[in-house]
Amino acid sequence: MAITARNVTKRFGDFVALEDVSVDVPSGSLTALLGPSGGGKSTLLRIIAGLEQPDSGVVEIAGTDATRLPPQSRNVGFVFQHYAAFKHMSVYRNVAFGLEIRKRPKDEIKRKVDELLELVHLEQFAHRRPAQLSGGQRQRMALARALAVEPQVLLLDEPFGALDAQVRKELRKWLRRLHDEVHVTTVFVTHDQEEAMEVADSIVVIAGGRIEQTGSPSELYEQPANDFVMSFLGPVTQLGDRLVRPHDLELHEEPDATTVEATVVRVLRLGFEVRVEAVVDGVDVWVQLTREQVDGLNLAPGSVVHVGPVRRTPERTVVPAINAGP
Amino acid sequence: MAKWGLRLAALAYLLFLLVLPVGLVFWRTFQHGLSPVWHQLTEPDALHAFQVTLKVAILAVILNTVFGVLVAVLVVRHEFPGKRLLNAFIDLPLAVSPVVVGLALILVYGKFSSFGGWLADRGIQVIFSLPGMVMATIFVSLPLVVREVAPVLEEIGIEQEQAAWTLGAGPVQTFRRVTLPAIRWALAYGVVLTLARSLGEFGAIAVVSGRFVGKTQTLTLYVEQQFQNFNVAGAYAASFVLAFIAVVILVVMNVLRPKEEEA
Repeated sequence: MAITARNVTKRFGDFVALEDVSVDVPSGSLTALLGPSGGGKSTLLRIIAGLEQPDSGVVEIAGTDATRLPPQSRNVGFVFQHYAAFKHMSVYRNVAFGLEIRKRPKDEIKRKVDELLELVHLEQFAHRRPAQLSGGQRQRMALARALAVEPQVLLLDEPFGALDAQVRKELRKWLRRLHDEVHVTTVFVTHDQEEAMEVADSIVVIAGGRIEQTGSPSELYEQPANDFVMSFLGPVTQLGDRLVRPHDLELHEEPDATTVEATVVRVLRLGFEVRVEAVVDGVDVWVQLTREQVDGLNLAPGSVVHVGPVRRTPERTVVPAINAGP
Repeated sequence: MAKWGLRLAALAYLLFLLVLPVGLVFWRTFQHGLSPVWHQLTEPDALHAFQVTLKVAILAVILNTVFGVLVAVLVVRHEFPGKRLLNAFIDLPLAVSPVVVGLALILVYGKFSSFGGWLADRGIQVIFSLPGMVMATIFVSLPLVVREVAPVLEEIGIEQEQAAWTLGAGPVQTFRRVTLPAIRWALAYGVVLTLARSLGEFGAIAVVSGRFVGKTQTLTLYVEQQFQNFNVAGAYAASFVLAFIAVVILVVMNVLRPKEEEA
């Protein structure tokens, strides 16, 4: 079911968490709210869930105005960063909670919970307490618990933020696959651009209580609306007065109209990737090259080269001027 | 050496202040065997004092449990003007002498005050009867449940409750199914402390009850009266009951403690 937030504003005392924010989440999509911490993305998610009340603005879920509805009547599934597992209940009872509240028949609850535990690969842990599970398992349990009530929308607040890197990567892939199976409209909050790019169909970049840009991962990467989005969604370096992606730069031995002179400071070999750090007119720049590209050049600290945009596909490179932000 | 010295000092301190006096009460009580004790405890006045004590303590425990949980939730989960003032007021009974509590209650609810007089006209007697005694006991044991439950509420945080809301649970269901099980050991501990405090209360009860033998006399008041009437055996027997209950309560608290940490 689609979610629409229109002109939502939220203040906490003097702090403006959200300022006149409007978002459309299409039905069945997997959307990431991406941004630095304190930027308002979690607040927006909590307003959609009904855990916070906006000062002004409207929230619609599946076409009906939900702005003043309590969280109990919104039929949303919510997953917290720190799991919010019911510690005194077994995994089974955690997942069954929403169905027990809805007073469903016992056999229906059992069938549904067993099915969900299988979906999240926790069937053999049904009678354990959450404390006996690992972080990743707890978060999968929390997801099964949220899905049990067949929510119209699934909201996840930094769902992998408390997990270590390895588990985080696994769960990302797993969430993507799960969404492809279950097709529930899903919004998740993250400050990790790689996570957003890997998992989401569409990304909403939020910072300072405003929306910076909305689009698909490739749109945001290739056509960032401003320097903030560009630098948040991938590596950037400065060449002259412009921000560029380091892999959109090349080094040459001979100058031409597009290049400027640079002095090599350091050459970092990271396996296939080679990072060349240099100085142009006293400003640091770094260039991301492959091993083959570097082998053709005679690079050492102190050597003089000419740096310029990649020549093969210049139209691909979008280089907005610095200060071109909103 | 310093370690042993410290241990010895602590042990001696406890021995002379706690173990010796309480041990002597036990020894004196059973000095002449069981039957005189039984005889003293089955005196009608003693039995009645025991009943009054139980009645007052149970009522105070029930009311303070309900109030304590409500206030703990209010103070931890809600923001409102005057919250800090309320927080300070909760600890007031710990600072104020029970005798002052008793006098204050008489000032408000006594026959010669306007409110007490108004109540008396309607046949409600607060002072020198059960309601006043329960009120005094509630007052002195007020902070115990709040101060046990509030930190645990703070520690478990609000996310489990919010998760319950999003799963469709209303406030009452959320409290019963999520909050209450999470605070149950702290609550049990608070209740046990309140019970202990209520059974042992003397000062406030002494002022408010009027000490009518066979009517408003509690066990602690009975002990004092027997002692002053030179019925030492009766005083020791009743003291033994009070001390015995305290020991049982202590054991119960120690059983509850580790479970609280495990949860």
